[in-house]
Order: sequence, then structure tokens, then C-alpha cells
Amino acid sequence: MFSRIGAAQKGLYNHAVMWSFFHKLGSPPWLYDIAGSILRWLLPVTIMALLVGAVWGLLFTSPDFRQGNSYRIIYIHVPSAVVALAGYYVMAIAGAVSLIWRMKMADVAMKAAAPIGAALTFIALFTGALWGKPTWGTWWEWDARITSMLILLFLYLGVVALYEAFDNKEAAGRACAILSLVGMVNIPIIYKSVDWWYSLHQPASIKFSGESAIDSSMLYPLLLMIGAFYALFTCCLLMNMRAELVQRESRTAWVRKLVKQDGAH
Amino acid sequence: MLLRRQLSLAIRRPIEIGNPLVFFAIVVAMFPLGIGPASEQLAMIAPGAIWIIALLSSLLTSDSVFRSDFDDGSLEQLLLAPQPLYLSVLAYLCAHWIVTGLLLALVSPVFALMLNLPAAAVGTLVVSLALGTAVLSLVGGIGAALTVGLKRGGMLISLLILPLYIPVLIFGTAAVQAAVSGSPAGPFLALLGAMLSLAIALGPLATAAGLRISIDA
Amino acid sequence: MTDSAVGELLAEVTDLGLVRGGRVLFESLSFAIRAGELWQLGGGNGAGKTSLLRILAGLSRYGFDGWVSRAEVPLYVGHQAAVKGLLSARENLSWHVSGGCVFPDEQIEQALQRVGLCGFEDTPSHALSAGQQRRVNLARLFLSDTRLWLLDEPFTAIDADGVSELQDRIAAHVAHGGAVVVTSHQPLHVDHAVHHLSLDGARIP
Repeated sequence: MFSRIGAAQKGLYNHAVMWSFFHKLGSPPWLYDIAGSILRWLLPVTIMALLVGAVWGLLFTSPDFRQGNSYRIIYIHVPSAVVALAGYYVMAIAGAVSLIWRMKMADVAMKAAAPIGAALTFIALFTGALWGKPTWGTWWEWDARITSMLILLFLYLGVVALYEAFDNKEAAGRACAILSLVGMVNIPIIYKSVDWWYSLHQPASIKFSGESAIDSSMLYPLLLMIGAFYALFTCCLLMNMRAELVQRESRTAWVRKLVKQDGAH
Repeated sequence: MLLRRQLSLAIRRPIEIGNPLVFFAIVVAMFPLGIGPASEQLAMIAPGAIWIIALLSSLLTSDSVFRSDFDDGSLEQLLLAPQPLYLSVLAYLCAHWIVTGLLLALVSPVFALMLNLPAAAVGTLVVSLALGTAVLSLVGGIGAALTVGLKRGGMLISLLILPLYIPVLIFGTAAVQAAVSGSPAGPFLALLGAMLSLAIALGPLATAAGLRISIDA
Repeated sequence: MTDSAVGELLAEVTDLGLVRGGRVLFESLSFAIRAGELWQLGGGNGAGKTSLLRILAGLSRYGFDGWVSRAEVPLYVGHQAAVKGLLSARENLSWHVSGGCVFPDEQIEQALQRVGLCGFEDTPSHALSAGQQRRVNLARLFLSDTRLWLLDEPFTAIDADGVSELQDRIAAHVAHGGAVVVTSHQPLHVDHAVHHLSLDGARIP
């Protein structure tokens, strides 16, 4: 039984034999293990950073002279928005790698990144609405950045929906890779055009306090939180990838061994 | 040659050409019914309304660009053909643009007058629609290619493609609005032209790759 | 009979393996198709005949193990007729998507005559029967100058006369230095050596 399945699986990866690094990256058990060991130290670090950043930002910074305490939501809002955008690029680059080098693991990474990115985008929008109510007196404002985030959410949802629509998951991965690459080319154009559209229709009453005006006592915890969110994204990505790997390779010997080990513990 | 094939296919079923136009007319008629017949109000929303309808009718038709060829096996043959797939795809999408976008642009003055758009802006509307719908056809082709193998691609394609239509919508309406307010519309048309060049360069590549995936699946 | 003289290599398959839905259809499949060879792929339904043919044609490019190389783009006739109902038989051929080159009218008329569609040249194809539509598609065999043909069940819905005409055409093509891969459940009655490749053996129960 073992050799049969081995024979069926081997060809997927054996064209990379010569490049041992690529070979390793293309090997699910290796990736599973390495992701596990990265998670083992990254996850505590992430949680620490999140806690420190949150406590620092929420308790030990002075209230804004205009917005009072409500501004403190930026410690969640800004990091999630920044990482949500970066996440799209991670997804698209992973997609490109899987298309060009036919690396299965990049495909797994892309598939894992999409829902995380969508969730972060949603968090950014949601916290933005919460923030907008006390600050601007409205839940929703057709501001350039909000609109862009909304479009980003649609782009993410498109990728997720396309993946789910295919029965053949391999084809689904490649289709999503193309879609996310198209999205990547389009994001700067969309951003610029939305920016420009907003400047044309700019209502006089609302204005962002520019980021340059941010005080350094507020900036450092914000930077820490941005870093922590990047780490959080990476953790979620690795965990998602591990889950996806086990699911995809459920027939192979190494996963069965893994399950057996877990059962023994 | 492919262009001629696609065009004669379209002409032999004139209802397919007529449908988007009738759709356009019906939705235009909906606006006064929904908003009220006040002419200033209509004139204010006219550029945006016409552009959004153009967006929708381009979207609704782009689903069918490759579908019948997929169903009867012609698409397989197209992928195996000796000519570059990039050019074949360009021919298909060009045919799609001619029977939907260009035609829409040409009849749009009628609808513009129905919505009380100032006559000065009609010329700009036609040019911006002609340029913009070409981009829409090219971008829509990507969605059509990715979803052609799926049984229910119709709803999905709008989710995939509509966000990508946004820049065209923004600059298309901006051009018309500029013309309405008497400022030069040239820069916006130039931006639409720039988008068109980018779409011609990259769109068919993505579409071709999407078709290969759909055939393979 | 042109036999045994080793012809030019038209396509080569090395160590090909295919898994569908957790089932191994074939594995470690290696063979070379040379000019002047006629191959018949056998095997029951679901044995992977069509999949193999699509891999050979280059339509399937992912999801299998091993390597496929081709000297040129082959002519592929699939299950579907690839005939547009709105176009006439003549237009279907002259504007065929895989055309690339335009065939002169007489040639198309001759080809249609050979597949028994004389008098139907300008009938819209939706008025033709399923078998006639397949014949329109098969008329490409009389027009093509491609050397490697991949025919997936070409005799489906074709009457006995048509089948023998087709088999003659296949034999003639092979004799003139072409190569043909056919999937078919019926034995080929041709005056030529046939390489048989059964996919049933490669299947894992």
C-alpha cells in the first residue's frame, strides 16, 4: 500500500529533485514540520507583542486632544488595514510562484492567505465604522480609503468564491492565482482612481488628521501593533497551510503516521 | 478571420445583439420612474447612470463570449490552433466589443437625451463609452475565461469582475461630467486610452491563461 | 505496407502517470509515436483513454506525472463536434478556429464530398443531424496537412460506409508518413500494422 501511494505522489514533486531547496519546499511533510517549528516560537511572540502593544496603546498613551480616547481604535484599525493590503500581495505572489514553478506549496499558501486577508479587511472596515461614529458622527463615509478597503474586500471575496466554485481544486488554485495577479495589477490603478475620485468630490466637513501629525508616543505602540499583526498574519497563514496540507495529503503515508502519533499521545 | 467568424455568428442571431440595447433602454426608463421625472435631477445623475448601465450590460454579455465555444468543443480547437492564443482571444473580445460596447456607444446619444444630459456632453459620452467599453470587454474576458468551465458562472463573474471595472467607471463618468460642466474632458479620455492600452497588453494574456485552465479542469 | 523503417519522432511520452479521484489510471507509461505509425488506445470506460489523448494533445497540462513532448501541434478530434449551428458546413470549415490558414473553396467542397455531405455545403449546421455534424468535423481530416492526428472515438454516430471511408483515410495518412492515435472500441480494419495500447492493464483494481 505504501509503495503504491508513494508512486502516485512522487511524480508531483520529483521534477525538483535537483534543486534540493525547492525540493524541500515542495515536500509537504517537510513544510508541515518546519511550519510547526516556526509556529512554536512565533505564536508566543505574536501573542506577547499583541498584548504589549494593546496594553501600551490602550492604557499608557495620552488621549488625543481632539478625539479623546476614541482614537485608540487605530491600534487595531491601522494594523489590520496595512496587513490586509500586504496580504493581497502575499497571496498574488504565492499565486505567481505556483503558476510559474508549479510549486504546490505556493498554491497552498495562496489558498490559505485569502480568507485571512478577507477577515483582516473586514476588521479594518468594521473598526473604521466604529471609529467613524464618534469622530465624524456617521458609521459610513464614502472616503477614499474606506472605499478602497471595501473594494479590496470584494477582491478577496472574489478569490475565495472562485476557489470554492471549482470542483477540481488544482484548477481552482491556478484560476485564483490568475485572478489575484490581475487584482494585483489593478489594485494600484483602483487606489489611484478612487483617491482621485475622492479629491474631486471631497466634502469640506471631514478631514483626516494626517499621519505625519501623529505623536511619537502614539506612534511606537502603533508600529509595534503593525509588527504584531504581520506576525499574526504569518501565524494564521502557517496554521491554515498546515490544515490544508493535512487535508490534501490525507491519503499519504506521512499524514497517516501523524494521525497515529497523535492518537498515541 | 476569427473576428469575421465571431461577427457573422453574432449577426446570424440578431436578438443577441439587440438584447443589450433593449436592456439599456429599459434600465434608462427605470431611472425616471424610480427617481422622479424632474429634468435637473435626471441630468445630474445621467452620466453616472448611463455608465453604470453600460457596465452592467457589458458584464451580462461577457459571460457568453466563450461559453458556446466551450460547450460545443470549439474552444479546445482554438487552444490547439497554430496561431497565438493571445491574438485569437483579442479577436474574440474585439468582436464582443463591436457588438456590445461600440453599438451601445453609438446609440447612447438617444438615451442621453432621454435622461436630459446637456447636448454639449453627448460627444464626450460617445467617445468615453467607446473607449471604456473596450476596456470592459477585455477585463470581462478574463472573468469569462475563468468561469467558462463552471455551470453557474453568471453570478460569480460579476463578483470577480465588477471591482476591476471601477477605474473605468470613475474616469468614464468624470469625462462626461467634465464635459457637462464645460471643462476639458481630454485628460480623462486620455486616461481611459491609457487603461485601454494596458488592458490590450495584459488582458488577453490573463484570458488565454484562464481558458487553458478552464479547458484543463 | 510501409513497416519497420523507423520514422521521424512525432511525440514522446515518458514515465506518464495519472491519478483521478484517488484512483491510479495509469503509471510509468512510456512510448514514442513515430511517423508512419498507427496506434489504437484500448480500455474500458473510465480507463483514461480520453485523458491520455488530451495530455498528448497538450490540452491537459497539469495534474499528471511525467513528460510529454511533441514535434508539432497535433490535429485533435474530440467527443464534441466543434461545429457551430449558425454557420454552414462550408463556413465551419473555412473559418475553423484552429484554421490559421484559409483553404480554397474547391478543397473544402472535395472534403465535404468525401465525408458524404455533398449538397449540404451551405445548409446551416443546426439543420444537420448529429452524425452529419460529426462528419463536418471529420472533413478536417481531408484538409489537414498536420502529421500527427489524435482521434477520440472518431467513429461514434458514423454509419458503416462512413466508417470504412474514414479508416481508409487513416490508413492513407499513415502510409504517407503521418501518424494517428485512435481511441475506439471497434477493431480497425486497415491494411496497416496497428500498435495496440491497452490502458486496462495499467489500472489498479
